[in-house]
Amino acid sequence: MASRVSSLQARVLKPESHLIEKEPYYERVGDEVALFEAAYSSQLPVLLKGPTGCGKTRFMEYMAWKLKRPLITVSCHDDLTAADLVGRYLITNNETVWVDGPLAKAVRCAGICYLDEVVEARKDTTVVIHPLADDRRILPMEKRGELLQAPKEFVLALSYNPGYQSVLKELKQSTRQRFVAIEFKYPAAELERKIIVTEAGLKSDAADKLIKLAHMTRNLKGNGLDEGASTRLLVHAGKLMARGIAPRTACNGAIAEALTDDPEMLRAVNELTSALF
Amino acid sequence: MIRKCCAPSMSSPPPSSDPRLAALAVEALSVAELEERLDEILDAVLSTRRTATRLAQAIAALPRGEQDFVLHWTGVVARTNPEMAYQFAAAAPAALQRLELDAAEAWIVQAMDTYDREGLYRGSAVLKNLDEFADLASSSSNAQSFEEAAHVLQFFLCGLSGRRMRLDTAVHPYTDTETIYLPPRLATLPGREENFQLYKAMAALLWAQSRYGTFNLDLTAALNDFASPQRAIELFNYLEMVRLEARIGLTLPGLARDMQSLRAGHGSSDPRLERLRQPDAGAEDSLAVLRELYERFMPPRYCYRVELRWDQAMAVRNARIQGEKAQFRASLMQLLGQQIAGAEDKNAAGRFSVTPAEPDSGDRSGVVLMLGGKPVAPPENVQQLMDSIRQDLGEVPDDYLVPAGDGAYPEAGRSENDPADIWKGVYHEGEAFFYNEWDCNRRHYRKNWCVLRELDVHPVGPEFADATLAKYGPQVAQLKRTFEMLRGEDRLLKQQPEGNDIDFDAVISAYADMGNGMELSDRLLTRRHKAERDLAVMFMVDMSGSTKGWINDAEREALVMLCEALQVLGDRYAIYGFSGITRKRCEIFRIKRFDEPYDEQVRSRIAGIRPQDYTRMGAAIRHLAAVLNQVEARTKLLITLSDGKPDDYSDNYRGEYGIEDTRQALIEAHRSGIKPFCITIDREARDYLPHLYGPVNWTLVDEVARLPLKVADIYRRLTS
Repeated sequence: MASRVSSLQARVLKPESHLIEKEPYYERVGDEVALFEAAYSSQLPVLLKGPTGCGKTRFMEYMAWKLKRPLITVSCHDDLTAADLVGRYLITNNETVWVDGPLAKAVRCAGICYLDEVVEARKDTTVVIHPLADDRRILPMEKRGELLQAPKEFVLALSYNPGYQSVLKELKQSTRQRFVAIEFKYPAAELERKIIVTEAGLKSDAADKLIKLAHMTRNLKGNGLDEGASTRLLVHAGKLMARGIAPRTACNGAIAEALTDDPEMLRAVNELTSALF
Repeated sequence: MIRKCCAPSMSSPPPSSDPRLAALAVEALSVAELEERLDEILDAVLSTRRTATRLAQAIAALPRGEQDFVLHWTGVVARTNPEMAYQFAAAAPAALQRLELDAAEAWIVQAMDTYDREGLYRGSAVLKNLDEFADLASSSSNAQSFEEAAHVLQFFLCGLSGRRMRLDTAVHPYTDTETIYLPPRLATLPGREENFQLYKAMAALLWAQSRYGTFNLDLTAALNDFASPQRAIELFNYLEMVRLEARIGLTLPGLARDMQSLRAGHGSSDPRLERLRQPDAGAEDSLAVLRELYERFMPPRYCYRVELRWDQAMAVRNARIQGEKAQFRASLMQLLGQQIAGAEDKNAAGRFSVTPAEPDSGDRSGVVLMLGGKPVAPPENVQQLMDSIRQDLGEVPDDYLVPAGDGAYPEAGRSENDPADIWKGVYHEGEAFFYNEWDCNRRHYRKNWCVLRELDVHPVGPEFADATLAKYGPQVAQLKRTFEMLRGEDRLLKQQPEGNDIDFDAVISAYADMGNGMELSDRLLTRRHKAERDLAVMFMVDMSGSTKGWINDAEREALVMLCEALQVLGDRYAIYGFSGITRKRCEIFRIKRFDEPYDEQVRSRIAGIRPQDYTRMGAAIRHLAAVLNQVEARTKLLITLSDGKPDDYSDNYRGEYGIEDTRQALIEAHRSGIKPFCITIDREARDYLPHLYGPVNWTLVDEVARLPLKVADIYRRLTS
């Protein structure tokens, strides 16, 4: 009994010392791998642009595995401050102890620091990464009066979705012009099918229909939908279908409802699904 | 159901929504009262020989609710055309005998749509042709109305193909290759859902006609071979239906199953038609089968039978083909310009050609555009053009691939010293602003080219705002709630000298600082604070002549709703209208200044917005950007509410010149720290707005009726 309970507990991993051992499944879309590797060798920071669910995070995992560097991911939110990234003092046993934030940890362990959805973070956070993102490659730790010089294996990567229509969520020029930008799009049909077949374990013809559905919803982008169905949603739907859920139900749950709340749009997406399956 | 409530100003309100009507007693109006009201509404088309007495007598016999309905709609229609209003008032009593109120509303809306499209003669024909409408609109509860189905179908069709198809109503379903016409109401089948499926099947079939090449055939010539062209075209239509259904079955098997179950097995498997069910069958096969079977074939009747209106479709198709040819060649010219600019050798660019793309390479159009043997990546709009051309012609013909100038806007002899201009001249230059204008041909500014004046909108009283608020009562309340949530975002401020809780992080770091011998900070508290939205917004409203009618109503309603919502939010905002005619008379209309509160006066000015002349957008943008820049704010937004391309009476402002000047003005605004955004109702917007505002800084509200609710919603999304 005891062993069963313990086997249910999640594994605890220290990101700075954890290397991804198993090759993450990733299909190259273009030259992004070569570009990233070149940027890594030249010690340039990288900006990943692209819509949600097109494989940006998976790409980072893949590169971390390939370059054999630990990957430290920070999902940015609107209360993320500079101190949350760099580090802060804590009190233990009537003493103050400095604790590194994820960015400082990544610099120390020469890992890859990946700031996901960086526009969501507070404006002051983007400024602390500036000295790290140009040729100085230093992280000033104001509180400790130290400068942390990044080793040459350290990589700073940001992700960013340019499709947002909010004027308050734009990346400043002074930030974006420090990065090598790699644009991600949804993969071409052939490749997308391969991804769905591999990831979801779905048959090829069913995957084809899913891709057609995805293209239909992408046609609707800007005409009622903010975003078309991403590859991730297709994989979700595919997984449900591979488990024996009826295609219409699976697509309603994994795609239509995930895309919109508008009852008419929902109906339309479901009609498109039922036209295909 | 949002859509139900946000119905356009043309839709009939429940009787209570007009306060003037609600105030009156609920008993029926007398002949005299009715006559007085009708006299007032129909003044323009009445004379001594044509009085409202007979109308009033007929309407007096109706119950009060129906009287209100007739008066309301007569008023609405009269704003567009008084003659239509007169005819409606004359036909309404008989119509209401046969139609329920909602069916009668569908009837008048269809008549007005027809009027807008085809003029008075056709419009009044719809009003007179009541019988046909009433037959279709048997108002059983199973009926599905076009209104209810249209949105879903629109999304559905847009999803099926990149090419946007418009939806509209007509008595019989057909397509002219750009618009799909569907009956205003379907009640053929026993259930609502089935009737919706029927709509879907019709729409899909009509979509397939354009998609799978029904119209890419010279049928007109072929028809001469038959004794009765009428019968031939009907048969051809049926054969095409068989072919298209098979085609649909290949790509959309689910839809084909639905269609099959709708016709319940009728006419399913005739061996003589086997040839049409082959995957590679084309319209010419249908013609061949038609020749074989012409004498001895009776097509079965389907419930989702559509019509083939060959001549109408050809007219639209030919106009599009010509327009697209010119557009495509002009785009190639531009593309060539860009390529040459990058190349060393000006002659190395070579000729354009197309080659078939590798199958499944993800290239939608199936062809790759080449220049001098090398593939070039055309911009999105050129790609779409290529798709469209290939859909019509099956290929991109060679003569399309010769770059040429833009044939649509021939360069007229420019006369800068036109004597007529003297009379439009700057008489007294006080109070006038001068703005430069970008001349894309000269690639220079024309100095002080535009003379702009700020005028006040003539206020007309607050009734309009009250009526709008009454009409959209629940939505306004909901809008306010969503905006409140936006405002209510409390933020926890850390490291404050004053506050209501201890900031442990600050205390700890202070402790550490103290240990290091530094000075103790006094910023050790946290405080909850309403997030300051440091935002100033300028709304720039199109007041050109083209907004006349519903658009103007929708614009004004949208502004009222927006102001209500913005009051909650507390963002600083101003509203200005723009119009004018020629460069000497650009006009900006003050509706609400930044420092003005939203009060009775502003409400009356919103109500007083009237369509004026043209849209010289460049000068308007430059002026309003200057006004906006006088306001201190971190984020400055310039939101344009527009209904079409920039346009003016002279200087070739329509077309490239105007677009480029507007673009330049927007670039200037952007440089000064303003973020422009555009909300448009122009369905063609995709062709030019990305060029003006960038790929994401605009949005299309393709239905005027939705504008009032959408604008506030878009604003909320934009600033959260």
